[in-house]
Amino acid sequence: MDSTMTNKLIHSEYKEPPEGAVSGIIFSINGPIVKTEGNSGFLMHEMVYVGNEKLIGEVIGLTSQASIIEVYEETGGIKPGELVTGSGSPVSVTLAPGILNNIFDGIERPLSEIAKKDNAYISRGVNVESLDTKKLWDTHITVKKGDRLYHGSVIAHVQETPAILHKVMIPPDKEGTVSEVVNDGKYTINDTLVKIILNDGSTENLSMTQHWPIRIPRPVLKRFPASVPLITGQRILDTLFPLAKGGTAAVPGGFGTGKTMTQHQIAKWSDADIIIYIGCGERGNEMTQVLEEFSELTDPKTGNPLMDRTSLIANTSNMPVAAREASLYSGLTLAEYYRDMGYDVAIMADSTSRWAEALREISGRLEEMPAEEGFPAYLASRLSSFYERAGMVQNLNGTEGSVSIIGAVSPQGGDFSEPVTQNTKRFVRCFWGLDKNLAYARHFPAIQWLTSYSEYLNELAPWYTEMVDKKFVDYRNQLVYLLGREASLMEIVKLIGADVLPDDQKLVLEISKVIRIGFLQQNAFHKDDTCVPMSKQFKMMDIILYLYQKAKSLIHMGMPMSILKEDGIWDKVISIKYDIPNDKPDMFDEYKKDVDRFYESVIEKNA
Amino acid sequence: MSVEYLGLSSINGPLAVLEGVKGAAYDEIVEMDVKGSQKRLGRIIEINNDKAVIQVFEGTDGMALRNTRTRLTGHPMRIGVSTDMLGRTFNGIGHPIDDLGPVNYDKLLDVNGKPLNPVSRKYPRNYIRTGISSIDGLTTLIRGQKLPIFSGNGLPHDELAAQIVRQASLGDNAGNGDDFAIVFAAMGVKHDVADFFRRTFEDSGVSSHVAAFINLANDPVVERLITPKAALTLAEYLAFEKEMHILVILTDMTSFAEAMREVSSSKGEIPSRKGFPGYLYSELASIYERAGIVKDINGSVTQIPILTMPNDDITHPIPDLTGYITEGQVVLDRDLNAQSVYPPVSILPSLSRLMKDGIGKDYTREDHQDVANQLFSSYARVQDARALASVIGEDELSDTDKIYLVFGKEFEERFIKQDSDENRDIFKTLSIGWQLLGLIPRSELDRIDTKILDKYYVPTSINSDNEIVAVEKDNMRL
Repeated sequence: MDSTMTNKLIHSEYKEPPEGAVSGIIFSINGPIVKTEGNSGFLMHEMVYVGNEKLIGEVIGLTSQASIIEVYEETGGIKPGELVTGSGSPVSVTLAPGILNNIFDGIERPLSEIAKKDNAYISRGVNVESLDTKKLWDTHITVKKGDRLYHGSVIAHVQETPAILHKVMIPPDKEGTVSEVVNDGKYTINDTLVKIILNDGSTENLSMTQHWPIRIPRPVLKRFPASVPLITGQRILDTLFPLAKGGTAAVPGGFGTGKTMTQHQIAKWSDADIIIYIGCGERGNEMTQVLEEFSELTDPKTGNPLMDRTSLIANTSNMPVAAREASLYSGLTLAEYYRDMGYDVAIMADSTSRWAEALREISGRLEEMPAEEGFPAYLASRLSSFYERAGMVQNLNGTEGSVSIIGAVSPQGGDFSEPVTQNTKRFVRCFWGLDKNLAYARHFPAIQWLTSYSEYLNELAPWYTEMVDKKFVDYRNQLVYLLGREASLMEIVKLIGADVLPDDQKLVLEISKVIRIGFLQQNAFHKDDTCVPMSKQFKMMDIILYLYQKAKSLIHMGMPMSILKEDGIWDKVISIKYDIPNDKPDMFDEYKKDVDRFYESVIEKNA
Repeated sequence: MSVEYLGLSSINGPLAVLEGVKGAAYDEIVEMDVKGSQKRLGRIIEINNDKAVIQVFEGTDGMALRNTRTRLTGHPMRIGVSTDMLGRTFNGIGHPIDDLGPVNYDKLLDVNGKPLNPVSRKYPRNYIRTGISSIDGLTTLIRGQKLPIFSGNGLPHDELAAQIVRQASLGDNAGNGDDFAIVFAAMGVKHDVADFFRRTFEDSGVSSHVAAFINLANDPVVERLITPKAALTLAEYLAFEKEMHILVILTDMTSFAEAMREVSSSKGEIPSRKGFPGYLYSELASIYERAGIVKDINGSVTQIPILTMPNDDITHPIPDLTGYITEGQVVLDRDLNAQSVYPPVSILPSLSRLMKDGIGKDYTREDHQDVANQLFSSYARVQDARALASVIGEDELSDTDKIYLVFGKEFEERFIKQDSDENRDIFKTLSIGWQLLGLIPRSELDRIDTKILDKYYVPTSINSDNEIVAVEKDNMRL
């Protein structure tokens, strides 16, 4: 990465092209793809301004006959003969305070600013700055004259939102000695805060702002293996199929199975410091909902509005397709920037299938040879380079941070054998498969426990043993075992009915029902059930398994299941999720006594 | 801009290629003069140097390489809009065809519209009462929503749409009649269907509030690509500039998608699934996303697109991609239709995504969500019981499963089924729901909050007159 390149003021706001900027003449237009004549001297992935309206585009192919450019806005009205001007730098995002509690389009243009300029609709060629350059931020300088700064060193602190302290860093490709600092005070993101003398003796002015090309991962010192789970408050995720901080997960499911709902729940309740929510080719109303809801909801940890730790990237399905392709990378780069400050960042990408379809659409316009189902052959490598940017890392400045990626997949026809799901499965380690039949029965979250998996289980086991309970992993495995048994018994029940099963197998069915309804099913609209702490999740498992053990010994004594079922204890355990508030774990003791009473009473009645 | 180009270099299906053009813009509209008499419109869909590929809306019949004069208009496809368009009928590209003379246009608008800024949208929350239990109770329609009807050939989707129009427009939630209007777009429909809707509008007395854009099955295919966009342009104008509540009915989206495939294939594009172009999703989205509510504007665009699933296959690309864009779907079922259940709404795959925020205490009634969840859940159990019964016979079923079989039958007969002019209010719908749930033992009802059960649950049974009555006192009817 050429250091002069990142330092230039480049964001989506149009600036007069630099001296000697190259340009080309358009001769062909087809949807979002335009071509300019001859070898115009553009760089691969350079950001360019297309046509008289200066629409933003990116160079995606170069031959001696033509430069191929994808345009991030509607191309209607462009004529052959109009000019494409280079910007001299790759498509980048602006990184500075003001990213959080904000909503951007796929190339980091703030939608609220566009709304001010352009009322309700988004027109083409809108000229807005990515971040507010007028706003004065309370800045505390953390370095002094003579300090030696290395890649990524923190030079100042800015309270970006009440929840998040923004650490201003020097760009990852610079180091030098501080020659001058300003006093603490109020500064804009473009004011010079610190002057440093680089190794080659030249002086560099540092402000809060950095620019980083979206397609290049920000460098790190080293990567750590997974060791800490991303706690989401969702029982089926935290207990059965946990995701590690810095891990990757895919949520595939047909329409109506609850992908977006799952993403919303994680974005709301997970214990990540920062959430980057990318609405990629999805519904406009959904983004509006996130915006409205997250502004009202408060973060259980800090008591601040959830938006204070959230940044939204909205490229809805009717916005230009090329920007949809870029939106995932923009989001990733923002996430990596906050990771560099030492935060745990979680990315919700909803949905990666729309992104893959954008690739397909552009590939089709380029008349590339299609591979499976019309997707380009490079689909797999693009997906892998996306998911591989996740990780728990040590940053250049020594802090530790993580980027976790949760990608929704919308398989065509709900069929998981299609290319996007299959290729995604190769690169993620957590698979939360949503099931149509569960959704039809309104069992939410409709994550199918038999097909889902998490490869992080073993790596996270020490954490659960230490932080929750030493029996946690064992209990979790017992639940999974019972559910598996239930599935194989159901095969028999489907053929001959449940009545003919022996009592111990009937008990498995009964207790599995308790697990399914009382534990796995979770009500996102219930104030307690929407997010459940680990301790309660463990205690719920504890009671369910305790009930199972007691009932099992009754069955061994020869008591028929029909008598056991008469007791109200089953329904009582099922509704624990509603009846015990999250902050009253003591109430579980009562339930244990109830199970004992149930045990005694059955024996008494039938002795 | 009055340069005319004589002749064409090739014609292929609905596409014509013109060479030697100067100053043509992508997506620009051209006027073509065929044989000096007919005027046709075309749209430039690809430009390569001086070669422009033109999509001819009225079809290329009668065009020869020599007899056509082409003139660039310098603007994208536009239609004139005004409130005078209500009560009128237009062809697929917005020209009046009802012999009532020209329309006075307030302004000309680009039919492609512009994406609504998510920041400017308002999240839809007000429900529209359709008077149909399966919709109001289980897949509630919300003002500003896009809720398609997934149907098949021979199923009564038109009747259902017509009933929604009649009852939603005349219901108590329509406000005063002036700010409510319907924009109806027919793409590739049969004469009979177009006629059916026209009669429906007339019979229910709303025809002065309807603007119809009609592209019949034998009208040019390319025109179909513009029809929904023209209709939605008018809808957006009426909703967001004139502050009206607009219900848009689009039928049949399958014809629209097939027209796209036809044009794409003439253009020689690389097909993706089932021969449809790779941009089918984006194109469908650019239509469906034009529904919603804008902040600080007292108007709304609600869409009910109708599509026929080829071979009743819900995984076919058209219903599949539609389901990913729209906010739910109402799926019609052939088996229910065969049992003469009208409307044959297959409730399990049907869904309204906006329902959860538009029902409940402040909107309909506190128990609405719970009742809906329980009905869905119990009806899913019915399917299991039926599957089991088909293997081992009904007699061998457990008592609980037998109860579910009864519940399933009664649910279809009493809740889903209703007359095509029966307008049930939400309380009636919910009370039928509770009667049916009363057939099931209370311990089986695991989706309902205990407090709600205490308040509403009454065990019921079916008496000799085939009525559902409360169980304790046989003479007391619910």
